[in-house]
Amino acid sequence: MSETYGCHKVSEGVIEGEVLISTDDFCFYLVDPKTGVVIEKNHCLEGQSIADKILVFPSGKGSSVVQADGMYQLKMTGKGPRALIIKYPDTVLVASSIIMELPVVDRVPKDFYEQVKNGDKLRVDADQGILIIQS
Amino acid sequence: MQLTVEEQEMLDGKYGKGTQIAMKIQVALGEVFDAPKMVPVSRTHVALSNQEADLWFVEKLVNAGARCKISPTVNPGFNLEYFQCITTISKEDEQTIRRTRQAYKDIGATLTFDCTPYLEKNVPRFGEITAFSESSATPFINSVYGARTNRESAQSALCAAITGRTPLYGFLLDENRKGQVLIDVQADVKNDFDYQLLGYAVPKKLQFKTPVFVNLPTDPSPAALMNLGAQLNTAGNVPMYHIVGVTPEARTVEEAFQGDEPERIITITQEDLDQVHSEITDPVGKIDFALFGCPHFNLNQVAQVADLVKGKELKVKLWIMTSSLTKELATRMGYLETLQAAGGDIVDDTCMDQPCWEFLYGKKGVTDSPKCAYYTKRRNMQFVIRKVEDCIEAAMRGEVS
Repeated sequence: MSETYGCHKVSEGVIEGEVLISTDDFCFYLVDPKTGVVIEKNHCLEGQSIADKILVFPSGKGSSVVQADGMYQLKMTGKGPRALIIKYPDTVLVASSIIMELPVVDRVPKDFYEQVKNGDKLRVDADQGILIIQS
Repeated sequence: MQLTVEEQEMLDGKYGKGTQIAMKIQVALGEVFDAPKMVPVSRTHVALSNQEADLWFVEKLVNAGARCKISPTVNPGFNLEYFQCITTISKEDEQTIRRTRQAYKDIGATLTFDCTPYLEKNVPRFGEITAFSESSATPFINSVYGARTNRESAQSALCAAITGRTPLYGFLLDENRKGQVLIDVQADVKNDFDYQLLGYAVPKKLQFKTPVFVNLPTDPSPAALMNLGAQLNTAGNVPMYHIVGVTPEARTVEEAFQGDEPERIITITQEDLDQVHSEITDPVGKIDFALFGCPHFNLNQVAQVADLVKGKELKVKLWIMTSSLTKELATRMGYLETLQAAGGDIVDDTCMDQPCWEFLYGKKGVTDSPKCAYYTKRRNMQFVIRKVEDCIEAAMRGEVS
C-alpha cells in the first residue's frame, strides 16, 4: 500500500529515498561534508547523518553563502541528501538547490506531515508535483 | 512569468551564454515564488565566499562570457598578502583566493571585499529595488533604509548583477513588508552586544514571520542594528524587521502592521537573553586570541577598542576585521598605531570563515559575535562570547572568567 500526496516543485528532479525529519530549520554548512553528519550544536539532528536521506524540515537558515557552499561540498563527496521537502521556501535555499540540481518541493498537504515518519520510503517527483509514501 | 522582449532575448541566449544561465536561474526562482514579471535592480551585493561553490559558479559564468550590468560590491575572502606575513598559507588556498579575486574582477564586480557595503559604498535610498546577499546586509537594506531586497543568495544576487533584473516577489512587494509578530522586549537592552543576543533569541520563536520590536531604545547605533540583523539571520532567516520609532516603515505600531493586528505577541525577557547567551558560548577558561569584526567593524567600533587598549598590553593576540576604507581611516586617525602598540591589529578584506585562520584551529578565542562563533564550528575554533569591553579585559588577562 502506498499513499500519494500533492506538492509544488521548487527544484526539478525525481528520486526515491528514506525520510529523515528535522523539526529545526536547517543549514547545510553545519554538516560535515566527509560524513554527512550534522555538527550544529543543539540541533535536533546533531550527530545524525543526512547522507542519501530525503530531508523534511521547515526552512533553511543561515547566511547567504553557506547553504550553497555546504550543499556543493556534500554533492562532491556524495554525502548529501537526495531531496528536500520544505514548508517555507526562502531565496537562499531555493537558488542554492536549483544551482546544485537538488530536487526540492514545498506546499505539501497537512496530512502528509501527520503520516510521514523517519525511515519511511518516499518517492519525490518534483516535476509532476507528487509525493508517494511507499510501504 | 511575463518577460519583456529584452529579458526573453537574454533567456534565449542573444546576450551570450553567461547572461542566459543567469536569466534561466532567475526565471526558475521567479516561478517558485509566483513572480508575475522581472523588475530592474539599481544596486547589487554579492556575498563572495571564496569557497568551492562560490568559485565554481563565478568562474562558470565568467567562462560563459557573463559581465555584470550592475556592478556588485562583494564580500571578503581573505587578505592573502597580510596573512602570508604572519602565517603559512597553503599553495592550494593561495590559488583559490587568487582565482576568486580574478574571477570577480573579470565579471565586473566592485572589489570592496567587505560585508558592510551598506555603510559606505553601496547605500540605497528609500524604496529603491536592489538585490543584496549577505546575511547582515539584507536586513539592513530592508529594515534600516527602507530599500527593497529579497534575501538573495550569493548566486542569485550575482545573477541579478548580470541581468540587471530580479523577479518581482517577496520583500519587493508592499504587502509582504508588513509586520506579523509583535516582539515585546522586556529585557534590558542597553548596549550593542544586547542586540546580538536579542537577534539570536528571536528566530526560534518566530517561525518565518516578520518581527516588529517594541520597547527598544529609539537611538540604536548603526552597530546595534548591524548586530541585530546579522544574528537574526544566523539563528534563523529574517530578511526584514521593524523597530517601532526607529525604522522608516514603522513610525507607529499601526504602520508596521499595515493596520492589521499582530498574529502573535512574543515577550523577550532578560532570562531569554541570558539563556541564549549561555547556550551559544563555549566554556570559559584560558584563551589564545580575540577576534572582532563579524560583521566588519565600523570606525566607531574600532575607536572603541582602540580606546579600551590604549596604553595597555594585551596578553593574547587581537584582530579586528574591517573594510579597507575603515582601516585607512583608522590608520590616519591613529587607532591602528594604538592597537598595534598594545599587541593588536586590524586586518582588512578578510572574513572569519576563511582558511587563513588555520593557525587558530583547535584554539579558543573570545569574540562579541555569535555569528563568528557559529560558522567557525566547521573550523574547530572555540569561542567564548562576551560584550566588547569584557572581551578586551579577557584579552589582557589571557583568560575569560
